[in-house]
Order: sequence, then C-alpha cells, then structure tokens
Amino acid sequence: MIDWLFFSEIGLAGLGTGGLYALTALGFVLIYKATRVINMAMGEILMLGAYVFMGFTASTLLPIWLSILLAIACTGLIGGVIERVIIRPMLGESEISVFMVTIGLGSVLVGLVELIWGANPQRLIEFIPKEPIFIGEAYLSSKIGYAFVTAAIVLAVFLAIFRTWRGGVALRATAGDQAAAYSMGINVPMVFSSVWVISAMIAAGAGILVGSIGGISPEMGVYGLSVLVVVIVGGLDSLLGALIAGLMVGLIETYAGAYLGGEYKLLATFSLLVLVLILRPYGLFGTHEIERL
Amino acid sequence: MHTQEVTQDSLAVGQGTTEGNVLSVEGVSLSFGGVHALRDVSFSVKEGSITSVIGPNGAGKTSLFNSISGFYKPSAGEVRFLGESVNGVPAPERARRGMARTFQNIALFKGMTVLDNIKLGRHAHLKTNALDALFYMGRARREEMELRAEIEERIIDFLEIDHIRKQSVAALSYGLQKRVELARALAMQPKILLLDEPVAGMNREETEDMARFILDVREEWGVTVLMVEHDMGLVMDLSDHVVCLNFGQMITQGLPKEVQAHPDVISAYLGSGDVAALRRQFKEGKGA
Amino acid sequence: MRIGTVKENYGADAALFDTRVQRGWLVVLAVALVLLPFVSGQYVSYLACLVLINVASTTGLNILTGFTGLVSLGQAAFMGVGAYIVALLEMKVGTPFILNLLLAGLGAALVGMVVGLPSLRVKGLYLAIATIAASVILHFVFANWTEVTGGVSGLTMPPATLFGMELNQPGEVYWIIMPVTVLLLFGAANLFRTRIGRAFIAIRDRDISAEVLGIDLLRYKLLSFAISSFYAGVAGGLWAYFFRVITPESFPLMMSIFFLAAVIVGGMGSILGGILGAIFMTMVPEVLKMLVGVVTPFWPEAVAVLSPVRIMVFGGLIIFFLIFEPEGLAEIWRKIRRFFHLWPFKT
Repeated sequence: MIDWLFFSEIGLAGLGTGGLYALTALGFVLIYKATRVINMAMGEILMLGAYVFMGFTASTLLPIWLSILLAIACTGLIGGVIERVIIRPMLGESEISVFMVTIGLGSVLVGLVELIWGANPQRLIEFIPKEPIFIGEAYLSSKIGYAFVTAAIVLAVFLAIFRTWRGGVALRATAGDQAAAYSMGINVPMVFSSVWVISAMIAAGAGILVGSIGGISPEMGVYGLSVLVVVIVGGLDSLLGALIAGLMVGLIETYAGAYLGGEYKLLATFSLLVLVLILRPYGLFGTHEIERL
Repeated sequence: MHTQEVTQDSLAVGQGTTEGNVLSVEGVSLSFGGVHALRDVSFSVKEGSITSVIGPNGAGKTSLFNSISGFYKPSAGEVRFLGESVNGVPAPERARRGMARTFQNIALFKGMTVLDNIKLGRHAHLKTNALDALFYMGRARREEMELRAEIEERIIDFLEIDHIRKQSVAALSYGLQKRVELARALAMQPKILLLDEPVAGMNREETEDMARFILDVREEWGVTVLMVEHDMGLVMDLSDHVVCLNFGQMITQGLPKEVQAHPDVISAYLGSGDVAALRRQFKEGKGA
Repeated sequence: MRIGTVKENYGADAALFDTRVQRGWLVVLAVALVLLPFVSGQYVSYLACLVLINVASTTGLNILTGFTGLVSLGQAAFMGVGAYIVALLEMKVGTPFILNLLLAGLGAALVGMVVGLPSLRVKGLYLAIATIAASVILHFVFANWTEVTGGVSGLTMPPATLFGMELNQPGEVYWIIMPVTVLLLFGAANLFRTRIGRAFIAIRDRDISAEVLGIDLLRYKLLSFAISSFYAGVAGGLWAYFFRVITPESFPLMMSIFFLAAVIVGGMGSILGGILGAIFMTMVPEVLKMLVGVVTPFWPEAVAVLSPVRIMVFGGLIIFFLIFEPEGLAEIWRKIRRFFHLWPFKT
C-alpha cells in the first residue's frame, strides 16, 4: 500500500531540493556556456557565500536583507577576482587543465574557510518564517518552500534576461566562437568576468538558502557533486536542461533517501548520471559537437 | 639495395585486385544533415599509378578522402580496396590492410620524436602485447630493434631526415613535418598512399623535393598514390590520371591534359568567381 | 660539461638509461633504496613506504591521464578494490602476498576497464565525470556490501609473511613495497618503448588521426584504463599490507584528486614526473607539519592552522603548476640537468 500523502510530501520536498539544484546549476551552465570551463569549485563557492553571509550576520547589526545582499555582492566580487587571477591566465589551455585548476581552487577555498571560520559545522541565523506550508493536505517545511520560490523567481528572471537582453546575445556569441566574437567587437574578457561574477552571486544566493535549511560546514562543497550530476544530465550548455534536470535529480534523490535510506541518495543520482552518459552522453538538452579530422 | 624486394612484395599483393585497380570508389555519396558533401562520385585508381583529385575549395576532396579511409560513412555507394568492399570495415582495419594517408592539416603527434612518429605508422603490423611491453623482453625487444633498423635503412635515409630523427616534431619546419608524415605513411607498409595536399603551403624548393619523393616512392616502393592537391603544376607533372570534383560532384576525369583542357574544369577551377553562375551551369549540365 | 655519447647499435640507442653517468647514478639509487631501512628510523621508513605506494599509484594514473590523455578521478577507488581483494585473500584464503598483489591488480584492472567503457562515446571532461560516478558507486559498494567488505567498520587483516616472518613494522613491509614499486616503474618505462606506449600517446595527441593510422581506439583506451587500474590495484594492495585496516573512508575522492595533482605537479606524460610528483605531494604535508613544530614555541596556535593551511597549499600547488609550470617538476629537473651539462657555458 502506498501512502499517497507521504509520497506527495516527499515529492514536494524533492522539488524544493531540486529548485536549489537548478539554481546552482544555472550558475554552472552560465560559466560553461560562455567560457567552456567546467567549474568544479561551484560547490565551494556556494559554501563560501554561505560563510560570508554568516560573517555579516554574526559580526554586525545589519538587517538580514542587507546581509544577504552584501554576502551576494562580496561573493560576486570574489568570483571576479578568481576569474581574473587564475582563470584568465588559463585562456587557451586545454579544457582538462582548466578543469584541474578549478579543483585546486575548490581546495584553496575549503582551506580558506576553515582558516577563518574553523572546521566545525555551524548554523545560519533563522530568517525564514517558521510556519509550515500546507499544499492541500501535504506538509512542506517552510524553509524548503521559501527556498524553492526564491530559486524559481531567480531562474525565471535569468531565463527572461538571457533571451532578450543584449548581454545575453554577447554571451551566446562568445560561447559560439571566442575569436570570432572578439573580432565582432564583443568584449570577450568582459563577458568572462561577468559570467564568473554572476555565477558566484547565484552560488552565494543558493548557498545561503541551502545553509539555512541544513546548516553550513566546510564540507558543504560536496553539494557541487550533485550539481555536477544535474548539469551533465541536463546538458552542460543548456539552461533549460539545468532547470529540468535540477528538479529531476532533486526528486530522485529525495525519493531514494525516503524509501531506500540516506545512503542511497548519491547512489541513485550517480546511477542516473551513468545511465545518461551511456545513453545520451551530451545530456538531455545539450548540443553535440561534430568532430573534425 | 632493399628496394628490389619491396617492389616485388607489393606486386605480389597487387594480384588480388580486380582489373588492376587498387582502389575504386563507386557511386559514393555523403551528406551532413541535408548538405551534400559528395554526390555519386565514381572513379578508380590503377595499380602503380599516381592519381590526383582536384577541385576548388569546398569541392569535397577531403570528404572523399575521409570516406575512403573510413572516418566518414558514405550514405550511399561503395569503396572497394584490393578487390574487396570495405564498407563497414573500421578505419584501423583499413589501415592494416594497406591504406596509408597523410593529412591536410598535419597530424603528427607532437608529444613524440620524429622516430616514434614514424614507428607509430607500423602499429597495426606489430604483435607486441601489454605483457611483452611491460617487461620489454623477447618479442617486444626484437620487434622494436627490427623496426628501428628497417625504418633507419629504408625510410629515414630515403627521405633524408636522418638529422632530425631524435627531435620533437613540434619544432620542425612545415616542409619537414610534411616529410615526416610521408615517412610515417610509408612505415604503414602501404598498398596505397592517400596524400592530402602534400605540398600545400610549401615553397618552390620544398615542393620540388616532395614531388621527387612522391615519384621515388612510386618507382622504388611500387606504391600506388592517390592525392588531393591544389598545385596544378605538380598535379599535371606527376599524375597519370586526374579526377576533378566541384560541389561534391565529379565533373570529369582522364589524362591530365584532357582534364586541364576541359571547359567545365576551367570554369570551376579558374572560374569567373561567380558562384551562382557556376551552380546554374552545373544544374544545367546535370539536366542535359 | 658533457659531450655526446657514441652508440654502436640501435639497442644501445633505445636503452632507458643511455649514458654511463646515468647508470652510475642508478646504482647509487639502488644501493640507497636497499640500505634505507637499515640506516633510518621507523618514521623515515614509514614515509618511504608511503611515498613508494603513492609513486606506484601516481605512475599508473600518469599512464592513463598523462600519456593517454584520459582524465580519471577514480584512481583511489581502484586502489580500494585492490586493497579489499588483498585483505580478503589474506584473511580468508591465506595465499602468498605476491599472488594476492597480482590478483589485486587484475581485479582492479577489470573494474577499471568497465569504468573505461564509456570512454569511446564520451570524451575529456565527460569521462572525468564518469570516473567520479564510478568512485561514488564503488564507495557505496565498499560501505554497504557488508558481508564481504565489513561495511563501514571495514576489514582488519593480518600482516604479510615473507619466509615465515611477519612483516609488521614499516621497515619490514618496505621489503615488499620497494621491489614491487621498482618493478612497476620499470614496466611503465618499458611500455613507452613499444607500440603500446606509442599508441597511447597518439590517442592523447590526436585520437581521430590515430584511428586512421591503424589504432583501434576503444581497445587501446580500455587497455590504458586496465594498465592504469592494475597499477592502482597493486598500489592498493601494498597500502593494505602497510596499514592493515581498510575502510570505505580509506579511499575518498580527495585521494583521487591527490593522485591527479601529483601527476600534474610532477609532469604529465613523464615517468620521472610521476615519481617526482608523488614524492613532492607526499612530502609537502610532512614538511608543513615540521614547520608547525618549529614555530609552535613562538606561536602556540600554529597546530590549529595546520589542517586548513595544508588544504590550501595542496590546492595552491595545483593552480601554481598549471599556470606557471604546466610540464611540472620533470621540466624543472630537465632545466637543472641542462644547466649542469652545459656548465660552464651559459644555456
């Protein structure tokens, strides 16, 4: 006998988790789309964002909303610095080298956070209303609910901007052919910096939401692994793919956790990853590049 | 010297071919998502001949080479090599059977020395397995020593590249890189050499050297040559047979002199530059 | 200053160590390796064993990533496979260690080939991500196949025996670890004197052209995975004999990153590079630990920053080498050598 109420409650929680995955994946895809860099430090930037937020709430008397904005802005700034200092010099190097640089970056960020804030898990200040949300009879934790709504709004705004605004076109042109875009007068270095700044800001926002749900710790970066699954499943260069795969992975993970046990969460999502790599290596919505001799 | 027995070897294998053709392309078409790179191309390459494929940029010459060497799968038609259809035969196996090629944009392995690049050509004919290799005893050592001796005596001397054998290919001049590519193709024990623009980007002197090597390869090794080339002087001097492509279709084929004088070839190759007019002309030509 | 050496046959020209000076140094090194456990204390022996195990595994990964161009983040998990195989054989069957190590290598090679299967369809970073998936799945197996692996508490195994003697101390297990690693290193160097090594490099440099030149891509990519994970499996087996307690947490993803970092820092596609990289990356944390010991009297909190600083230095080294010396320590070594060979003339 299936308990449908339980089933739908898990589904809601899964969608909530998925919304956050989709949001982080958006940052990931932006960087990949414009710069062809797989940013393995995405999870660590997310963690950094959460810690910066904690820093602002702990040491000042700022209102919460200002702390949030400041944390996002700071992390964005750090993203810009990262791009300028360690990603830019790698321009033109093999994608594998850049991939490894971002892994190194992840490690540096973990060390930095531990150095400043210590290695122990911590809790973020409570700023999300506590009253649980009921959709029909199904219960949803308020934190997950509000996180989902926030993620959905940010995603919608980004998708809209990306399709209409001039910068979106520049980004897509850069993705197509860096040299050609440059010769057409598009400021490619500027595009590079911008996507890193924007991506870091998105990650910081996601980090604050994720952190207020489950607390923060230097190991929070593993969140990036699940996001990696999302972007591969959705297709590395597809915003829509990130969105759909984010929800999908969130659902699968939550159902696996609820019905099979917590240890099955990663197994389930990574099995999905393997399946996609075998059946549709370039993701559900990704573009397959034609090879030339 | 060693050349005598080589020629005989190659001739002995050549007996398996039909009507003295090493390679024949029969009605090959190739398209990429609706774009026709090749349309119904047919020609054959006689044993011991030098055959050239000419045509303006984008005529489909490299696509043709890729279809022959097995990198592209033609959507229709057949490639026959040494009397057998090789449709469905994967590229490495075609190489093992004696199809050796060079590439338009030089495809040397920049992480290896000249010598190792050449040795790589023999890959498909060697027997060393992983266990032999790890211990480098018995078969592995013997094979390597034999291969080295043979390459030194027959290929490196022949192509006059002994001074660079230990150098990394990345540091070589363009002309020398092309020569190393030819050396690697020769190490493949070819029945046919597919040369994709062997003298593109070379100066006069380098071009003449390459022309001499191509002729010598045919004379001393008895290898059949099929090449794609833009240098009309070289094509006319060297070829026994010329095939002209444009827009993926064959315009004409025949002796160099005939092809050179063919009006469609002249307009396609030296053409007015008016692409639309050319297209119209081809459509009419096809309709008639 | 050194001048050219004369070789009289192709065999001499293709030798691994082609000058008398090199062979001289090799003898010195061999003597040092043999004498080490007699003249050093347990701590140095312990470090030596750790370095040698890491050298073996790094060299394996270098074959796959440095020479064949296939990035893998599964090396630690493959080591895990080897370690569990050795522990199980030692506990349940009691076969001699040399056979156990061989089986550990073969078992890991088999797993590695399965993981390598997507390598024909997916390339570059997609493959790296597939290997991450393999690590996650193998970790799940280690942690949850309790009847065999002992679950999260893992396995505790008896020491190896050599001529009836139990090898307990680092200075004793050294006699297994050192010869096996040396053997693996010679194997790797030999590989690149033959068609197999050439095929690997060809796949790394231009895989599509390699296919047209007669190299069966799938077969050689799988072979590279198999050899690389064989090395990992044997290294994992050595690891098991060394630590004797094997748990799922012994082989985390971070450890795979460590090996990849060692390959990068040492020099991709250079056997010497793999050795130098593994030594360097193993020693850096030890040196940091010593530094902390030195500064503690003046700065008591130094111990607290050791762990984060170690993590930062680790990441920083990866970034530093990729940006400033992509060819790694091996290239630095070559530069130093060139300097001395040409001395007193300027380079």
